[in-house]
Amino acid sequence: MADPGALALERLPGRPGDGLEAALALRLPSEVGLVDTVVELFARHCFDGRQSSRHSLFRLRVSLAEALANAIQCGNDCDPAKIVQVQAELFVDHIRLRVSDEGPGFDPSLVPDPRDPEMLESPCGRGLFIIRHLAERVEFNEKGNTIWMTLPRR
Amino acid sequence: MGLTTTARGEVAVIRVDGQLTVGNRQELKVTVQAGVDAGGRKFLLDCSSTGYIDSSGLGALVTIAKRVREAGGQIRLAGLNDDLRSLFELTKLDTLFAIYPGVEEALQGY
Repeated sequence: MADPGALALERLPGRPGDGLEAALALRLPSEVGLVDTVVELFARHCFDGRQSSRHSLFRLRVSLAEALANAIQCGNDCDPAKIVQVQAELFVDHIRLRVSDEGPGFDPSLVPDPRDPEMLESPCGRGLFIIRHLAERVEFNEKGNTIWMTLPRR
Repeated sequence: MGLTTTARGEVAVIRVDGQLTVGNRQELKVTVQAGVDAGGRKFLLDCSSTGYIDSSGLGALVTIAKRVREAGGQIRLAGLNDDLRSLFELTKLDTLFAIYPGVEEALQGY
């Protein structure tokens, strides 16, 4: 596995005119063992020096973990040669988080409801449903291999 | 994530420290399966030190509960914080698990 300690966030300049304070970016190989480290890096730096509620941190951690798991496993087939890109745009009161993979994409409207009785005991299929509940807004690109999630930063 | 298993009578109490996610769910599966293989039939997951669980972690819990049930045993959960509890309610997994406020309540009558 890649060394989690070698993962480094790139800090990008903001656009004060648009209310963007700063942006953070990271590229990682498609290895599920890196997910926890990446989540903690973003959780720490997205709320750096700010008062934030435990609930907001929970929403960021779980949403990002879900999106990373989907990108690594479903998008990139756990191929470590394929890259997942993460970017967080930090605004005063919200975070716009983007996760992209190199896969063929999917149609999010075709994902079944995990609460259906025949799905309830399935070991998978809850990720996108949970993201939709935790994020204030969820968008995809047309291809379906990039997700944007808007989360509170307060 | 760190797992600590303590025997309380017939019950194996497994404390889950940190997060239960796609990155570490296998460790919990192995721990519970080893308990089943050793003849254990009553398991209690203490989540009072668990920060967050993602859908892979939830899926692992579903798989573990099924294996324990098939072996004639049962599994209980305790100590979920409000955010974790809401995840179980949202996904309706609260209908698959017996969930208790704390470890002592879960051990009563187990």
